[in-house]
Amino acid sequence: MNTTVLNKVTIVIFLLLTLVPFQDVVYDLFLMKVFCFAIFAASVNLLLGYAGLLSFGHAAFFGTASYVTAHIMKEWGLTPEVGIFLGVVASTALGYVFGLLAIRRQGIYFAMITLALAQVVYFAATQMPFTNGEDGIQGVPRGELFGFIDLMPSNNMYWFSLAVLMLAFVLIQRVVQSPFGQVLKSIRENEPRAISLGYNVDRYKLMAFTISAGLAGLGGSLKSLVLQLASLGDVFWHTSGEAVLMTILGGIGTLWGPMIGAAVIVNLQNYLANLGGWSTITTGAIFVVCVLAFRRGIVGEISHRLKIRL
Amino acid sequence: MFELLGISPQALTSQLLIGLINGSFYALLSLGLAVIFGLLNVINFTHGALYMLGAMFTWIGLTQLGYWIGMPDLEVPYLLALVLVPLIVGAMSIVIEKTMLKRLYHLDHLYGLLLTFGLALVIEGLFRHWFGALGNSYPVPDMFRGGMRVSELFIPWYRLWVVGVALVVCFATWYFIERTKLGSLLRAGTENPRLLQALGVNVPLIITLTYGAGCALAAFAGVLAAPIYQVTATMGSNLIIVVFAVVVIGGMGSIAGSIITGLSLGVIEGLTKVFYPQASSVSIFVIMIIVLLLKPAGLFGKVR
Amino acid sequence: MKKTLLAQILGAAFVMSAGTASAQISDDSVRIGVLTDMSGIYSAVEGPGALLAAQMAVEDFGGEVMGKKIIVTSADTQSKADLSGSQAREMIDRDKVDVLMGNVSTSSALAAMEVADQRKKIAFVTGAASLPITNERCNPYTVHYVYDTYALAHGTASAVVAGGKKSWFFVTADYAFGHTLQRDASSVVNANGGKVLGSVAHPINTTDFASYLAQAQSSGAEVIALANAGGDTIGSVKQAAELGIMGSKQTVVPLLMFISDIRALGLRETQGMNFTVGWYWDFSNANRDFSKRFMARFKDLAPTSVQAGVYSATINYLKAVQATKTDDSDKVMAYLKATPIDDGLFKGVIRADGKFQHDMYLLQVKSPKESKNRNDVASVARVIPAAEGSLPLADSKCYLVTGKKPS
Repeated sequence: MNTTVLNKVTIVIFLLLTLVPFQDVVYDLFLMKVFCFAIFAASVNLLLGYAGLLSFGHAAFFGTASYVTAHIMKEWGLTPEVGIFLGVVASTALGYVFGLLAIRRQGIYFAMITLALAQVVYFAATQMPFTNGEDGIQGVPRGELFGFIDLMPSNNMYWFSLAVLMLAFVLIQRVVQSPFGQVLKSIRENEPRAISLGYNVDRYKLMAFTISAGLAGLGGSLKSLVLQLASLGDVFWHTSGEAVLMTILGGIGTLWGPMIGAAVIVNLQNYLANLGGWSTITTGAIFVVCVLAFRRGIVGEISHRLKIRL
Repeated sequence: MFELLGISPQALTSQLLIGLINGSFYALLSLGLAVIFGLLNVINFTHGALYMLGAMFTWIGLTQLGYWIGMPDLEVPYLLALVLVPLIVGAMSIVIEKTMLKRLYHLDHLYGLLLTFGLALVIEGLFRHWFGALGNSYPVPDMFRGGMRVSELFIPWYRLWVVGVALVVCFATWYFIERTKLGSLLRAGTENPRLLQALGVNVPLIITLTYGAGCALAAFAGVLAAPIYQVTATMGSNLIIVVFAVVVIGGMGSIAGSIITGLSLGVIEGLTKVFYPQASSVSIFVIMIIVLLLKPAGLFGKVR
Repeated sequence: MKKTLLAQILGAAFVMSAGTASAQISDDSVRIGVLTDMSGIYSAVEGPGALLAAQMAVEDFGGEVMGKKIIVTSADTQSKADLSGSQAREMIDRDKVDVLMGNVSTSSALAAMEVADQRKKIAFVTGAASLPITNERCNPYTVHYVYDTYALAHGTASAVVAGGKKSWFFVTADYAFGHTLQRDASSVVNANGGKVLGSVAHPINTTDFASYLAQAQSSGAEVIALANAGGDTIGSVKQAAELGIMGSKQTVVPLLMFISDIRALGLRETQGMNFTVGWYWDFSNANRDFSKRFMARFKDLAPTSVQAGVYSATINYLKAVQATKTDDSDKVMAYLKATPIDDGLFKGVIRADGKFQHDMYLLQVKSPKESKNRNDVASVARVIPAAEGSLPLADSKCYLVTGKKPS
């Protein structure tokens, strides 16, 4: 499979995205939201597509980072890159702890433990005073990047979000193409053989889980700045499910899959929002169709047809 | 009277009783799920939506059906609904199994889970669209109205009826699967379907019927629930992850496991509601984490 | 002669500039954005009915103001703060909406209010309840139209205690709204010679209330007050009926309730219950006339207080735009706060903190025998005067009132 095509496609897409603030057709806030969820979906994709682990509790990391960044920005008035960094640190640490507890289990048990742990985080979020419970942390200031670039204007925030997205992409590529990533792949394909080759499989899985948690946190922290609020919805299990849907729709194991999946789902929610309950119905129908007929996902299908890796 | 841990013994007893009642309900709901997973290896996320369908159809049968078919006085009585509705829902789920689920058996668990999750969203979305978010009220059947008063405690007859029926159905299902010849065929079908098929047994038919039966159990629980809880489109999704937790804690292959776990968790949740009520929703998950750390396949489960 | 010519020229220049300055409608139209829960838990309280109410208001107003078209758009927040914030932004930035209407669910309302404040657009909050909207979290562009937790607590609690029921037990939803409601109602109970015997806090979206209601029963309190909302309230009431509490020595008092909830529960189990609303359809001829027109277009369902509030808010907003000859938010807001409202449905004043102070109504649910149709669910037991149902300005923590801007 050719990866230089992927690199070219990636560069072209990013170049196009840079030009968004100069036109009027696509709303830049909408795209920023897509970026946040794309990073979140990418974290699930990394864990599922490359390590073969399905987590149903990733909203815990997304939401924790969101709350931490929101709180820091609002109460301590730090700069956004520090706010995001600390949010990611929080979610990575949480990921390590959850990973320790969950890694030893397989398949559905693994998924259920992650769900249960996420429910505990949700409960904690409803009880801890700093989250403001149902109201959430509102009016989060975007701050000044590096101390002098004000992120309140939409254009500045947009380019910053795009930069964060690019950073996430680079990170994922690095992980996937590194020796670490190769070992992960071998574990996913044949775990007993990997063990027999002497790899400490649990440790690799734990690393993958932790990295994935940190990445999910990156999405969450960015989201709290883009939308300027952190709420209970960020840690609710439906959000975990949405990330899984975006991953599957886009294509498990592809690089651009999560982004496309996020774009479709966020767009659907927006567009269908005025048609009453149709949002849920359509989301469910997409799940069903994807699983039955469309298992490779959008990007996966394109990738397969054109015989390139996307 | 003396106080035990800050509450009187009567209050404690009533809370334990309520917990037991809820527990029997959890047991009934998780039973269907355990049957489907234990025998089919399918993680049936649609379970919550089917439970809701059970309650909805019961309500429709009582209040709406008459208008739809031009006989406004027609009312499907409760006892008839108890038999009819699970059959209808069971039939619907057999259609689902034959058209959709069947294609995924050769794949990873994951896909069955995702398909049933998607179906649950579709079913709930449709009913929410048709009947609104606030739902409808189904009255307690006249024969069960009222209850008995034991000092300050009031126990509705209907809730006692629910416990009774739930325990009977649970025991009957367990007995059928673990102790009868047909049940042993079912169990054999999951362990080694090819061999069983070679012996002349129609394995796909058994699988289909088992799925239908498990789903019918969910709908049955829904009929029982209709007079107690407001019948809303989302009543299933609120319960589904709790029910999953029960099955996982009990051990996903074990029928007896989910029954016992359901009952115990109902009681534990009930006690939590007395001493730390805010945490009652999360108590089951905390227990799940603890159990899975100590016993990876659940309390009574067998590692596959 | 020179003077007159100069005067004429200056006069003409003045008139021309005054003319263009005052006829300032941005983007050549007045756009009203109905931001509400179209499909979630609060869709029956506000939702599509609110959109209809706003459209009716625009039609009744004549469809245009100062020759400019009035456009009504809507968006669904599903009572999620995230969606509310981003929809509000999109409505204001992309769709050039001038005013936000609706905003049910406090967390969604706060998110929309934040955006409106940043962009200097007026937000009418009709559906959300919490007092902080015009208290700690107040801003100059918010009008809290129909009711708040203070009115609910004072209206219902004082009426019930005055009726002789002095011992209370609270079943409270464990989040800010529930706790605020419990706190406000408790202070009223205590101030009027009653006593709070205890309380229990349940997680939001609880299915089974038997345990909590049993605790309430064993406390022996005369009143079991429900400090919760939506599905939790409906569940509590239904199960209270099942546990035999209705018709016993204990009464169930829901602190937040709408006629849509009563319709969903049915009268058999809710008859006799008391609750407070900001408006009731069957109270006056004007209310009934409006309701008839509404019902004809809304599946024969009478409007809730919130939906009527959206109608009234829209009409009065348009009147303000017409009077100030602009849709500039500061000027319109100044007019709204300076001009009393009396449109047949609501009568009162919008205060400095944004609260629309008007009478509240204590309702009593009718029995199935008394009720003539599915909308005839209650009668007005008492009119609560405006001043009694509003937080006194002297106690306000809103910076617009105290002058102390938050840091």
